[in-house]
Amino acid sequence: MSWLETMKKSFHIGSRGEVPGGIWVKCETCGAILLRDRLIENLWVCDKCEYHFRITPNEYVELLFDKNTFSELFASVKDIDFLRFVDTKKYYQRIKTARSSTGFNSAIITGTGKIDGHKVASGMMDFRFIGGSLSSSVGEKIVRLADYAIDKKLPVIMITQSGGARMQESTTALMQMAKASAAIGLLAEAKLPYIVILTNPTTGGVTASFAMLGDIHFAEPKALIGFAGPRVIKEAMKCELPEGFQKSQFLLEHGYCDKIVSRHHMKTEVSKVLGLLMD
Amino acid sequence: MPERYLLDFEEPMRRIRHQIREMEDWSDRDPEYTKNEIKRLEDQEKRLSDEIYSNLTSWQRVQIARHPQRPHTLDYIKKMTTDFIELHGDRKTGDDPAMVAGFAKIGDIPVAVIGQQKGHDNESRIKRNFGMPNPEGYRKALRIMKLAEKFSRPVLSFVDTPGAFPGIEAEEHGQGEAIARNLMEMSMLQTPIIVTIIGEGGSGGALGIGVGDKIVMLENSWYSVIAPESCAMILMRSTEKKDKLTESLKLTAQDLKKLGLIDNIIKEPVGGAHNDPDLVAKRLKADILKILPELMKTSGTNLVKQRIHKFKAMGRWSE
Repeated sequence: MSWLETMKKSFHIGSRGEVPGGIWVKCETCGAILLRDRLIENLWVCDKCEYHFRITPNEYVELLFDKNTFSELFASVKDIDFLRFVDTKKYYQRIKTARSSTGFNSAIITGTGKIDGHKVASGMMDFRFIGGSLSSSVGEKIVRLADYAIDKKLPVIMITQSGGARMQESTTALMQMAKASAAIGLLAEAKLPYIVILTNPTTGGVTASFAMLGDIHFAEPKALIGFAGPRVIKEAMKCELPEGFQKSQFLLEHGYCDKIVSRHHMKTEVSKVLGLLMD
Repeated sequence: MPERYLLDFEEPMRRIRHQIREMEDWSDRDPEYTKNEIKRLEDQEKRLSDEIYSNLTSWQRVQIARHPQRPHTLDYIKKMTTDFIELHGDRKTGDDPAMVAGFAKIGDIPVAVIGQQKGHDNESRIKRNFGMPNPEGYRKALRIMKLAEKFSRPVLSFVDTPGAFPGIEAEEHGQGEAIARNLMEMSMLQTPIIVTIIGEGGSGGALGIGVGDKIVMLENSWYSVIAPESCAMILMRSTEKKDKLTESLKLTAQDLKKLGLIDNIIKEPVGGAHNDPDLVAKRLKADILKILPELMKTSGTNLVKQRIHKFKAMGRWSE
């Protein structure tokens, strides 16, 4: 590599995931230029504004679970293009791309593991997989996870990260909201704790179903959490949206979130709640 | 009778209707001639109408579902039930005119009724927020459903909404939570629920009162994850190809029956329910009265078990 190319590369400022080799990353919220290695060390949290960059299920496993305790369940449940849906791309092509870029078969990873010794069942959504949208495979995996938790008497920890229901599965995707909510209903009936960790973004059909049904709602700082998207609301209301609208703090103030928890304290807080509600 | 509002694809009917009206006005002058001519025009109208309505596209059905003269929830309640008493308020924040709720009798059976309500003229459309409920509406519906469970009354739910209202206050008051709560509570409600999509089944706002033991759809209603033109805007960045996309969304009663997401379809008169609301109400009432006794015989626990099983079976995936 020439001297110039090396220089260019080291000064390239990219967003996360976009420039694998870049050593600088620009904060999506405050615009600060951050050193990638330091950002990784800081769990992808901007040290200037506390913005939490989106991270993947793999990273949440590292963050939350005791070392080598997580094992995946229902990993083979896959999306299929049963409507042969085409928009600007064919749906099956979108599924294929998402699978190869994430290494997963679905927009949710389900499994079981230990958090400070507490055994739990967990679902972690992945925004990279078609916007983390709620598809049949996601609904099915949530049902199986809840059934598994009920069978083994485990609490469920759900990390949400989604744009809403998967449009390419139309009404069938819509029904996943009812399906997943029914599963959470059974979990409640079995008196097992259901803890939701809301991350950026959690909107649409996911907010209007299993994301808002937690016994406890934690939210990462500055995450967008809402039912209708801000753009849609702006159009419908024909006015500017208030500062901080639909952000974690807004939910806390309006009574839809119990506590804003930074990634650095997430494991401790989840573990504390489990200690208080279980055993 | 007010002049019928014609949809764009019904335009060819306008000329013939105009001719028929002219002839009718002329009939005192030359009864024999006008009679024959009217007959001829009516035959022509019939042929044209068969042509237009026998092969409706999905987008045309969406238009019929939104027809300004289409009957809405209160029309069906009035035509199908007696002793209706409307109840107001969610006991938390307020009362939402986009959602109606109460108790009534269908035949001899006392039932709870809930449903989104649209207006029939500009003033009432604004008052009813075009059938787009706020969280208070979903919570009012839930309050009445919990009463129905308490007093062992079945619930009849009428779905007719373009979607839950996307507003600032709606978000402040937890639109997502209100719908989510209804989905969970309706799954677990120990009393029969019959849902009928009477017009628009727009997304989570529709499903928010749409979980039930039997899902019925009127022939020209639609039910989808998103309104077709919004879907086109998001996925294609334009509404130009909305016809094709509406087809792909498989949102008609016929499509959804094939997909196993709904149970029954109620046939509408040619052109849509607005052409004979009494007939549609009669057919729907008969269907509900056929379904209800069986559900009322089932215990609450078994109803919930079957209902959850029904929704768990929805979805297509592979392993």
